[in-house]
Amino acid sequence: MPTYLGMPAFPDAAKRAVADTQLRANLTHATHTIRTKRAGAVAELEDWEQLREAAKAIKDHTLANLDTYLIQLEDNVTKAGGHVHWARDAQEANRIVTGLVQARHASKVVKVKSMTTQEIGLNDALEARGIEPIETDLAELIVQLGHDLPSHILVPAIHKNRAEIREIFRREMPGAPKDLTDDPAQLAAAARAHLRQAFLEATVAISGANFAIADTGSLVVVESEGNGRMCLTLPDTLISVVGIEKILPSWRDLEVFLALLPRSSTAERMNPYTSIWTGVSPADGPREFHLVLLDNGRTASLADRTGRQALRCIRCSACLNVCPVYERTGGHAYGSPYPGPIGAIISPQLRGLGSPVDASLPFASTLCGACYEVCPVAINIPEALVYLRAKIKHKRSERAVFHVSAKVLGSPRGLAAAQRAASASRHIVGRSGRIRSLPGPLRGWTDTRDAPAPPAESFRAWWSRTRGGKQ
Amino acid sequence: MFPDTGKAVVTVLERLGHQVEFPAGQACCGQMHFNTGYREDALPMARGFVRNFAGYEAIVTPSASCASMIREYYPTLAEEAGDQALAAAVSEIAPRVHELSGLLVDVLRQPDVGAYFPHRVTYHPTCHGLRMLKIGDAPYRLLRGVRGLTLVELPEAEACCGFGGTFAVKNAEVSAAICADKVAAIRQTRAEFVVATDNSCLMHIGGALSRQRSGVATKHLAEILASTELASAELASAE
Repeated sequence: MPTYLGMPAFPDAAKRAVADTQLRANLTHATHTIRTKRAGAVAELEDWEQLREAAKAIKDHTLANLDTYLIQLEDNVTKAGGHVHWARDAQEANRIVTGLVQARHASKVVKVKSMTTQEIGLNDALEARGIEPIETDLAELIVQLGHDLPSHILVPAIHKNRAEIREIFRREMPGAPKDLTDDPAQLAAAARAHLRQAFLEATVAISGANFAIADTGSLVVVESEGNGRMCLTLPDTLISVVGIEKILPSWRDLEVFLALLPRSSTAERMNPYTSIWTGVSPADGPREFHLVLLDNGRTASLADRTGRQALRCIRCSACLNVCPVYERTGGHAYGSPYPGPIGAIISPQLRGLGSPVDASLPFASTLCGACYEVCPVAINIPEALVYLRAKIKHKRSERAVFHVSAKVLGSPRGLAAAQRAASASRHIVGRSGRIRSLPGPLRGWTDTRDAPAPPAESFRAWWSRTRGGKQ
Repeated sequence: MFPDTGKAVVTVLERLGHQVEFPAGQACCGQMHFNTGYREDALPMARGFVRNFAGYEAIVTPSASCASMIREYYPTLAEEAGDQALAAAVSEIAPRVHELSGLLVDVLRQPDVGAYFPHRVTYHPTCHGLRMLKIGDAPYRLLRGVRGLTLVELPEAEACCGFGGTFAVKNAEVSAAICADKVAAIRQTRAEFVVATDNSCLMHIGGALSRQRSGVATKHLAEILASTELASAELASAE
């Protein structure tokens, strides 16, 4: 994921985002709307919990046997007339894709919204070779035209409101009507006219896939607008970049996921467009199909017992919409195409914990557990977050504080002594019963909140005084 | 830090006829260390816990967060450390570890503890109680059993308050922004007291309420359950 490197640590980026009142308003409105609708859509299914368990079991089984299923997928895609490429990392995937596009002398490509191509920074790689990528998902188009970055997995332009979108269209979209208003129907019509031209001209399309089915060699894309369907069927060549974890063993497994995904992501019973294709068919759809299977850190995740559950993710973004942190900061602060709670565990796993942003992401959570509760594949995100926190190289000063505090808090004598010391200090630090200002890193607390003054007598001291040390 | 809560737990349980003991050898459960990534520091605390609490019928803590640490993460700690004795001790002891409201309602089946608290109260379900421990409506049932108490529904009650342990300091601005919405919801209820099952969350919420001079006080559920007509009368005369 090269695109976002050089990002500041999460707390610094988040601090700026929190101060942006327009952004906060846009996010609150959008996340609350989707959150409420999702709860309704999920409540309609009595067997939601069983579906969730089934999805988790299918994914875990697949991941445990990934080697077998990947080979089976390759065989079946090839049999159906497709070509399979294996990419170890982002660089290799970009080289394969740009090579394929260049060999077809295409100067532009249309793209179906794809998290995986965001992950590998494919658009930058294409542009570097003089190929123009055109995002055809409406929100992705808004982001692209605005020279912006997506801030949500499902609704990449969640941070923009209608008025802002109108401005972007008027400024950046060739042929946008001069009298364009911020009426959603008008905005959609402008995008439609703009994109229609691109669909007709493009000879190569690039997509991701929501699922890849091993026993038939089929690929599945679910979407809402139909622009994906245009990309998948009109151009002569279709290139799909798919993470190796997107595999499902068999066709019938799809039933479970097609029940879970739309309800979790857009709060719909069924998404408007589900495109499924198997290799190439004569006189229908693309004449050439290339499947690029991407590792890019996934095998390393798979080897990690706690971390591997993140590979179950189906990119529904339900966790973003319920996250108290995401709701206040938006996606950009996460410095990755994968924002929110799932991003906070995926990005550091795929990229490593080396950069300031990746080392800070596991701490970008209150551990409230709302993400785990809504996850359709039951990824225990809080568990994975605290696990990653334990792998981070802590600052020396913090480490010292924690080691010493563990000695004090971990021993009854140390604890009693600390409580006595605190009680003795209460007349100095909190005359009003409240502390209004604390030093050092704790200042962050008292900037907006009072801290309680220590009690005159701890429970431990009270117990031993009144119960005479009776055990 | 919050001795009144501990005293209240003792009061309530003794009022119901139970024998309460406080093993003097006990210390912190280690959650802060575990959650911040210092598992090696949390491990001795887990060992201390099982050593000190072995042999009791029921172990109660007035913190959903501490109870869920023991139930959810002690097994992980033991397993990672390869400490089979600890793992065995944890699996034996963890089912007997209860948060107060869960103990009263689900185990002891005593949702009416004979309390009296003539005030307007709203309840904030803490995340670890709600989503890790799944104490469900136990606190509501207890509060409904309190005579004189008016329970007002908190808007967006299940939203996190933004505390998150070290999160409140490491991401202070985001934490404060989350808290601001919680505090606004609390003030909207015009309650005199906001109640929860975790003093850590209450310290956070209370810190903001106090900074805003909102006049709304925080109170641990145990302290409400401990109050009686007599205690209320004393309080009134003291004022």
